[in-house]
Amino acid sequence: MSVSINNLYQDVILDHSKKPRNFGKLEKSTHFARVNNPLCGDKITVYLKIEGEHILEATFEARGCAITLASASMMSEMIKGKKISEAIALFKKFHSLITAEQNFHIDGLGDLTALSGVREFPTRIKCATLSWQAMEKAVEEIN
Amino acid sequence: MNLKIKNPDTINISSVRADFPILSQKVYGKNLVYLDNGASTQKPQQVIDNITATYERSYANVHRGVHYLSQISTDAMELARRTIRLFVNARSDSEIIFVRGATEGINLVASSWGRKNLTTGDEIILSEMEHHANIVPWQLVAEQTGAIIKVIPISECGELEMADFKNLLSDRTKLVAITHVSNALGTVVPLSEIIHYSHEAGSLVLVDGCQAVPHLAVDLQKLDADFYTFSGHKLYGPSGIGILYGKEEILESMPPYQGGGEMIDTVSFKGSTWADLPFKFEAGTPNIADAIGLGEAVNYVSSIGLDAIAAHEPSLLSHATERLNEMQSVKIIGNANNKAAIISFLIEGVHPHDIGTILDRNGIAVRTGHHCAQPVMERYNVPATVRASFAMYNTFDEIDLFIKGLDKVREIFS
Repeated sequence: MSVSINNLYQDVILDHSKKPRNFGKLEKSTHFARVNNPLCGDKITVYLKIEGEHILEATFEARGCAITLASASMMSEMIKGKKISEAIALFKKFHSLITAEQNFHIDGLGDLTALSGVREFPTRIKCATLSWQAMEKAVEEIN
Repeated sequence: MNLKIKNPDTINISSVRADFPILSQKVYGKNLVYLDNGASTQKPQQVIDNITATYERSYANVHRGVHYLSQISTDAMELARRTIRLFVNARSDSEIIFVRGATEGINLVASSWGRKNLTTGDEIILSEMEHHANIVPWQLVAEQTGAIIKVIPISECGELEMADFKNLLSDRTKLVAITHVSNALGTVVPLSEIIHYSHEAGSLVLVDGCQAVPHLAVDLQKLDADFYTFSGHKLYGPSGIGILYGKEEILESMPPYQGGGEMIDTVSFKGSTWADLPFKFEAGTPNIADAIGLGEAVNYVSSIGLDAIAAHEPSLLSHATERLNEMQSVKIIGNANNKAAIISFLIEGVHPHDIGTILDRNGIAVRTGHHCAQPVMERYNVPATVRASFAMYNTFDEIDLFIKGLDKVREIFS
């Protein structure tokens, strides 16, 4: 088995993808957005409850691969309680982690660091960013 | 023409594989196992050399110059047209139009024949298993003309519901546009029957033959299809070239698709007149080298023999089907009685994308996704499938490696 495959499918990623946190529709959401991955037909909807500048709750519904689900699950945990601007900044940080030419450590990414292996699989970057794009789209009008 | 002596029912795999240089390369340090032939096949050295030779020794623009190179280039392109005509047994060279691929072939018919002949309330019948390329051009022309699209449903095992098809046919039906072999399910449709009933109802038939011509012998005169189109790159030929066949009398009655050079007879600001078939539909400088290369690809396939290919590929398909059925949690999508060497499947609890990535890192190329057939995915209520599609050069060992790759997938996701 090649090292990079195990690097991509780390336990923490498989755990999030098999038991996604905050999965489901958020009835009291104030903002939501849906995006598709035209490559594979996967879909994701991110629901947010926003008060003022803060994201109080975040959930998602998705049909997707392990990378899409794990990234969405981690995102839903990490952006909860953050300011919108902080959530967007986190996306930027995460994006630079998975698109960097070389492996390097970025502080403050928590479990998301496990997704750094995606950089070796350029066709899968879209999967890792799908939920974040939905989040960004949901807050577009406020941001 | 090409009179190589061959044993009709066998294929010498190692000599065939030796013709395809790309197959001997390593991917991530593993032997390449190429099972994405439904998307595009690899090219034999004969085709690669032919394209090189055109550019090295015999290239010039066709049908115009009086000089030496223009003449041999024109002759080579017209010889390719004839080779392809004989391969599919069309009546005349005029019925063989070079296009960019099947997508352009269908768009040509939709645009030229469709806009002239369709009007409000006319019906076009498609099937649920069509590739997007045989859906969207009809939606565009339906929007412009007021024609209505009707859809033949598919059964659970992936066959056309023929009773529904017969019910859909009426005197309003102007065209039935149907695939010969489903790219997502592998189903070979009962084409002769479809054409027979369509003609009885007074409708024309267009066939998307992309997934058929690499696998089975096609006799257009016997089939009696009105239009038949396929892409060269799925037939061991170059990309960017394909064929639209149309019955001569129908092509004659159609207006040009695009205007430009090559397709004209005379041009004046009072009005222009069109060249004879097939040039009427070949505006602009054609894809000369690839058209000639497609002729060589057809020669190559003929030298191996479709009989031999049609004996080898089904044995690969049944071996793969058997091995997949032995695996728990694998579900094959599409179990038609008559299938070409294409197999779509799912592994419970693992997304096709993840399967594709893991197989890839083991050197195995498969396709994952909706295969440009989203209505099929919708029919089976799945987002995507994994598709392994076989060619004449695939081996039983490769299928075993593919199955081993799937074991690794299940190991990771256990």
